[in-house]
Amino acid sequence: MEGEMATTSSLTSRDSIDLGELRKKPRIGETIIQSLLFLCGVISILTTIGIVYELGKESLAFFTHQMWEQTNKSLTVGIDESVTTFEVSRSGGVLEVGDTLRLSDEIVMVSSIEGTLLTVERGVQETAAVPHSAGVEIFRGSYVSLVEFFTGTEWNPQISKFGIWSLVNATFMTSLIAMSVALPVGLATAIYLSEYASLRARSILKPIMEVLAGVPTVVYGYFALTFMTPLFRSWFGVDTVQIFNTASAGVVVGILIIPLVSSMSEDALHAVPKSLREAAYGLGATRLETSLRVVLPAALSGITAAFVVAISRAIGETMIVAIAAGAGPAFTFNPFDSAETMTGHIVRISGGDLSYDSIDYNSIFAIGLLLFFLTLSLNIFSQRVVARFREVYE
Amino acid sequence: MMPNDPNQELETGFPEGTDLEKYIIKRHRTGVGLKLSFQMATLVGIIALTALLYNITNQAFGLVAVENTIPPAEVVASIGATGELQDLSKDQLIEILQANISTGLGRRFERDQRFYEDSYAFDTEAKYQASCASAEPAAGCSLPARDRDNVYQLVLSEVVEPEVVQTWSLMDSLFSRGEVLAEAEAKYPGSEVYFRSWLTADFLQRPQSSNPEFAGVRTAIFGSLWVIFITILFSFPVGVGAAIYLEEYAGASFINRLIQTNINNLAGVPSIIYGMLGLAIFVRTLEPLTSGALFGGVDPTTANGRTIISAGLTLGLLILPIIIINAQEAIRAVPSSLRQASFGLGATKWQTIWHHVLPSATPGILTGTILAMSRAIGETAPLVVVGASTFIVVDPDGPFAKFTTLPIQIYQWTSRPQDEFRNIAAAAILVLLVLLLSLNATAVLLRNHYSRRAA
Repeated sequence: MEGEMATTSSLTSRDSIDLGELRKKPRIGETIIQSLLFLCGVISILTTIGIVYELGKESLAFFTHQMWEQTNKSLTVGIDESVTTFEVSRSGGVLEVGDTLRLSDEIVMVSSIEGTLLTVERGVQETAAVPHSAGVEIFRGSYVSLVEFFTGTEWNPQISKFGIWSLVNATFMTSLIAMSVALPVGLATAIYLSEYASLRARSILKPIMEVLAGVPTVVYGYFALTFMTPLFRSWFGVDTVQIFNTASAGVVVGILIIPLVSSMSEDALHAVPKSLREAAYGLGATRLETSLRVVLPAALSGITAAFVVAISRAIGETMIVAIAAGAGPAFTFNPFDSAETMTGHIVRISGGDLSYDSIDYNSIFAIGLLLFFLTLSLNIFSQRVVARFREVYE
Repeated sequence: MMPNDPNQELETGFPEGTDLEKYIIKRHRTGVGLKLSFQMATLVGIIALTALLYNITNQAFGLVAVENTIPPAEVVASIGATGELQDLSKDQLIEILQANISTGLGRRFERDQRFYEDSYAFDTEAKYQASCASAEPAAGCSLPARDRDNVYQLVLSEVVEPEVVQTWSLMDSLFSRGEVLAEAEAKYPGSEVYFRSWLTADFLQRPQSSNPEFAGVRTAIFGSLWVIFITILFSFPVGVGAAIYLEEYAGASFINRLIQTNINNLAGVPSIIYGMLGLAIFVRTLEPLTSGALFGGVDPTTANGRTIISAGLTLGLLILPIIIINAQEAIRAVPSSLRQASFGLGATKWQTIWHHVLPSATPGILTGTILAMSRAIGETAPLVVVGASTFIVVDPDGPFAKFTTLPIQIYQWTSRPQDEFRNIAAAAILVLLVLLLSLNATAVLLRNHYSRRAA
């Protein structure tokens, strides 16, 4: 670079140039800065890894967490620490070879069964073999199975019921109600803003949409509970509509995502070139026909993406449903009943002083992992839609 | 739509003469009808916003019926004074306290903070000095004496003990005042009914309380400010750094594309997931760091990682993608001629970025950052998961303190069944909205200021 500066003089006195000076110099400061900036970018990847790792780790702990269920069986005779074969009462549940049993503090493993006579391995899982008296209750070890988790409809950690469907169902209910509000209203708003509204109308409506999008969700939750629910109760009757219900939470989530749908759809409509509209007008189409039959189909990929992102947002929305939808898991299809969503459950459980390594603590991570994959796949899907079906106009 | 022979379609399918006219009129009528429905749809947003603001204002102000344990007039009479309670002197107020509360309770108040600099209202000098000399001296030993207002508040909360028995909304209070007064008279004879704004200067200055009468948002406001400070401290430099890297340095290598895709995806992750990440990493794994135990001198009761710094970092990760994406757009908008001119004059890459690219991108970056900040201030769910305190009355004094924030406070008050808590929740919402509105106004002003200078 210095060589370039001194062009005129160097042309006349060629001998004075040291060719080494023209070579690119290593700039340590620049390299350090570039590495630091790179690290800033890498933090985002670390965040994702952190999310997947932590959610995965705790979910694994959830599915390997040993719980003790009652068998209603007990020892019929007292045993000391060396006895490995003993008799148990006939009543109660069925035991199988390979089961893990708990006798007060000691854990044993069943190695064979003959009628009511058990042969066990004493003191497994780092417990000590100790004497037990007759009548000691026998508990059977069990785990939350993946099958139960994904097919069960009852979620009640107190009695070891972990069926995710009651939570997923409530999430789908609120999201469905939200989308049935946000899709038509959001799309119609977008069409109006993009195709009909004058500059003046746009300059009033756009900021209102931005304000609507900027209101914190906890405020919407308050709105759902103190405005929407009383409204529904006065319309449909106090007996029909519970104080906490998925309908009012869903409608308010819908209001929350109207600005998202309308602004993303409007961007898509706006990107359709003017020539297409002019061609339609030239053929005698009315404004409506132009909007619905020419512009809308041309912007379909962007609008689909907006819808999918909106669904993902509705599924992940937390405070509105935590406040207004209900505080207890319930498997119901009645929108006026209370039901707890996945996000609402996580907030309620973690609201208290949650002790680490309890099954409650682990269970919210399992819910979180499902939530993460649900929203992530929706987001990736919407990006694919845009990339694949985007119409490119010259 | 397109038959093989267009002429045939015209002859058979297209109406002619008066039919054509009718057909066109019908089409236009549909057009007008649907246009109206589009307009109605835009109204939904406006109606929703109006209903929201109406609902909050309606709850934040209104008539209240208050029952006192001892009416103020009797309290004044009990020490043989005359006039209104709020006009009494400090000495008279202390006399009321001495007459109406137990000595034990009075001694406790005196230990918290003394009534007089030079004498004692409840305790004896010897005992008080002994307690000050002990291993755990009372707070009053180092604090100045209470002022009149402080004593007045004590008289109100300990002697008069006003309790709000019912509240009415603003609309009821304004338009059916007569019915409200009649209802209050019938249900609570002897109660005092007056118009009350739940949003007052006192409400902003008082800490949390289990009695909605005396509750305030002071600790919550300080908590919000502390958390947002840590959030910006972390996410602004990192976010802008990542944006510079992606826009100015990154080539099309695999890792760079991965970073970009990853950022776009992170922006769509629900905020509650970030809360769980914060709980697992900052609160649990990094507990020695985030509880301040490594730095020493921290109250052991708070040292469990559920601190301001954990909350701030969690929100920092949450808004990082937003800051990066906004900053990238701002940097991309800087014309490349600027860079080429700088390179042409022999500047290095970093000199070009620091002296030319960043200054022109500043308004965009700042606007994006402030918008991200207002998102962070309103966030509730991740902080509930990270572990905001449910009840604290002391102002947070550093990054390792327990915390509560405005949205958390609103959430907790909203979840209570009593009406009065709904009222103070509405007042707190007004505070939060004003805070957000002023932030956004700052963003707009900044943008205008810089763009005028640039022009």
